[in-house]
Amino acid sequence: MVGLTHYLIAAGILFTIGVLGICTRRNVLMILLSVELMFNAANLTFVAFAHQRGDIAGQVFVVFTMTVAAAEVTVGLAIAILLYRALKTLNADEAKLLKW
Amino acid sequence: MATTICFWVFSSLMILSALGVILARFPVYSVLLLLVCMCCVAGLFVLQGAFFLDALQVLIYAGAILVLFLFAIMLLNLDPMRWTQDRARTWRFGGAVVALAFLAALTWIIRRAIVAAPVAGEMPGTVQAIGQSLLHEYLLPFELTSFLLLAAIVGAVALAKLKVRE
Repeated sequence: MVGLTHYLIAAGILFTIGVLGICTRRNVLMILLSVELMFNAANLTFVAFAHQRGDIAGQVFVVFTMTVAAAEVTVGLAIAILLYRALKTLNADEAKLLKW
Repeated sequence: MATTICFWVFSSLMILSALGVILARFPVYSVLLLLVCMCCVAGLFVLQGAFFLDALQVLIYAGAILVLFLFAIMLLNLDPMRWTQDRARTWRFGGAVVALAFLAALTWIIRRAIVAAPVAGEMPGTVQAIGQSLLHEYLLPFELTSFLLLAAIVGAVALAKLKVRE
């Protein structure tokens, strides 16, 4: 029988993969993709708790999370393209203009 | 029984494709694997009765956000050698240790803190149920998201028109 714990562990593994991606990849686009993975893990947790508690509020919050994710991706990709235009690279390690 | 099989198939495929996302060499493969991952998450939503969110997941994530990523990758048009060079000097071992410690902590919290309460009755996440909750209890946050989207649009346009100094 699949219960709440199974879904939470699956979401935890997905979130951990997102953390791993942020730690190991240095490309700005790959970091944004890892953030999307973490968004999905959070959504899965919301839906799992909404299902277990019989409360629709968890699913309503997933709608808000998706809106925030869409806004974040729009601005994030615009910044990534600007970064590439300014520095001719997408490597996050080379964007160290503030490091003085 | 069918639910259990579907859960294991969707979740294992989700985790495998998510691993592929962060291990793939080229970003286009990562985005396409993320598409598989999103569809598996949508399947897990259906298993938990969130039918409307399943449609939203496919429409917004797979239809809009990932297409935006593909646009950005093709707009930048880097040569393939640059993508592989970006991986060269990453601190992979440290990242793996951090991620494993994080997963261990999460598992410990889940097993300690979550008391398995019985399911409190069926609650289908149909359009009607979500819409009523969204427009009654959560009307103010729902209207405020329009400001967020407006800010994102204005921000993206302002950033796109910005002149970069050489």
